[in-house]
Amino acid sequence: MAKVPSELRYSKEHEWVKLEGATAVMGITDYAQAELGDVVYLNLPPKGTALVQSHKMGEIESVKAVSDLFAPVSGVVAEVNQAAIDSPELVNKDPFGGGWLVKATGIEPGELANLLTAAAYESFLEGLATSGH
Amino acid sequence: MALIPDSVEATRLLLMERSRPGRRGSTLPALDVPAAPLPEKRFLRRELPLPEVSEGELVRYFTHLSHLNYAVDTGFYPLGSCTMKYNPKWHDEAASLPGFSQLHPRQDALQAQGALRLIWELQQMLGEIAGLPGCSTALAAGAQAELAGMLIARAYHRARGDGGRRRTVLVPDSAHGTNPASAAMAGFQVVTVRSNAHGDMDLEALRSALSPQVAGMMLTMPTTLGLFDAHVQEVCRIVHQAGALVYGDGANLNAILGRARYGDLGFDMVHLNLHKTFSTPHGGGGPGAGVLCVSQELAPLLPAPVVARYEGGSRPLFEAVTPPQSIGRLHGFFGNFGILVRAYCYIRSLGEAGLLQVSANAVLNANYLRVRLRSAYRLAYDRPCMHEAVFSATEQKARGVRALDIAKRLIDYGFYPPTIYFPLIVDEALMIEPTESESKETLDSFIAALLAIDRESKESPATVRDAPRRAPVRRLDETTAARRPVLRWSPAREH
Repeated sequence: MAKVPSELRYSKEHEWVKLEGATAVMGITDYAQAELGDVVYLNLPPKGTALVQSHKMGEIESVKAVSDLFAPVSGVVAEVNQAAIDSPELVNKDPFGGGWLVKATGIEPGELANLLTAAAYESFLEGLATSGH
Repeated sequence: MALIPDSVEATRLLLMERSRPGRRGSTLPALDVPAAPLPEKRFLRRELPLPEVSEGELVRYFTHLSHLNYAVDTGFYPLGSCTMKYNPKWHDEAASLPGFSQLHPRQDALQAQGALRLIWELQQMLGEIAGLPGCSTALAAGAQAELAGMLIARAYHRARGDGGRRRTVLVPDSAHGTNPASAAMAGFQVVTVRSNAHGDMDLEALRSALSPQVAGMMLTMPTTLGLFDAHVQEVCRIVHQAGALVYGDGANLNAILGRARYGDLGFDMVHLNLHKTFSTPHGGGGPGAGVLCVSQELAPLLPAPVVARYEGGSRPLFEAVTPPQSIGRLHGFFGNFGILVRAYCYIRSLGEAGLLQVSANAVLNANYLRVRLRSAYRLAYDRPCMHEAVFSATEQKARGVRALDIAKRLIDYGFYPPTIYFPLIVDEALMIEPTESESKETLDSFIAALLAIDRESKESPATVRDAPRRAPVRRLDETTAARRPVLRWSPAREH
């Protein structure tokens, strides 16, 4: 069963976001990394890029496919995880920790209400398991 | 016990590693003309590390490698959405006739009337099959035809003074990956339209995605789910109402060959892959050829050259022309001409009745697999399929065996694996396209292998996860190959 830390918020596209003061840290979920398989390449938005909630912010490539990354909240990119770009396996090993992708500032805390709580994301995953596609 | 070294072939050394200084592949006669001086030193490479081997070593090396090949000529090749059908050998013979193979592409048209006539007749036949009369055969593959189609859409809207605002192209979520890529290459924004629970286009999602900003829609038909969307005419009508064009990806034409025509269904353009439906060599045995068929209205925009037929004189004259508002040229000369000859042979030898039997048998074979396998492998969409059946290995995954493992295990049973993890909207997808070429006995042996692998997934899942065991190489490390690709051999990397 995929890990779903309770303190995070989730998108239906399987991104997570965590508030650290005025900064939002984002990444992909444990479920997403397991479904993608071994991640081999990350294309992340450069520092200063304006992110719009649920709009495409980058790409993630695994041995299976290239998938779009969607911004879970709006904001401005303050930092990208160079360590994950250099060693994409971090995303597989530690998706909620060392495998974070982007930090953004200037966020709208109100947008978090559009995201799923851990409990809601867990039941969303259960729904996916029964539908198969 | 004395240690006996492996034979050179068994060592799997690369040709570079078999090199021995001074060894030569040929013996040159003594120089009987004055020696010419070498070019200036700055034009010469100091090192050119070519392998030094004898001719015999070279021939053994490549012959051995060729024995490791798996091909349509050696076994069943059920690669979904690729239509890996058998390629009759007499087509190669026809393409090697000196009148075709020894023509120079710059030869005067009067000396190449036979070749030009063949292209013209092929344009007519493919236009008839597609139901779209304008036809350009000078494209290298389906993806290049897609790009041509998108450039035509751009030119079409521009000519109507509508090019500035129509910047978006719609693509369903089940599309071939080349579709959004081609639209993006032509400068369009791509918007994805989702499929509904039956695997068809969601008409409500389509309506809400359409606007005066939409230039066109790209639709794979039948879909990559191996399904015929019964609403396709409605889809075309809705897109046309919004002033946009409908582009068809005809990669899956094999299912409807001779039975449904893209033009009749409402498409404005479609590409046909000669290396799929029309039985020309594929993959490493290519090159491929894409043919773009368009409506009468769009024909003046086709990429050059198109062959025209002129009446008058004692017999008609065939000539390569550039259509009046052509988007330009995308391939040198006449495209992959030898491939056009082979496709021409295929259509002429089968005739209408034969082509109808192709689609009938292709669909029958796919449905036979679908019904025989559905007890063990969950169907992504449980309804009659077209040319391919898409399974979802979720039950096997729950037992610790994924689609990738099943594919690798099929190699041990002597089969080329199907397409996996595509279409993207199916979890653990196994996409199987048998084509019409295969006998019931071949299909039965493939079914037996997949059923055996399903049993193994229950009884000894590790066997499946460790596959392949009987192939020339074991499971390759695709992850490291993608993360840290080594694209060039060099002595320093030997170990």
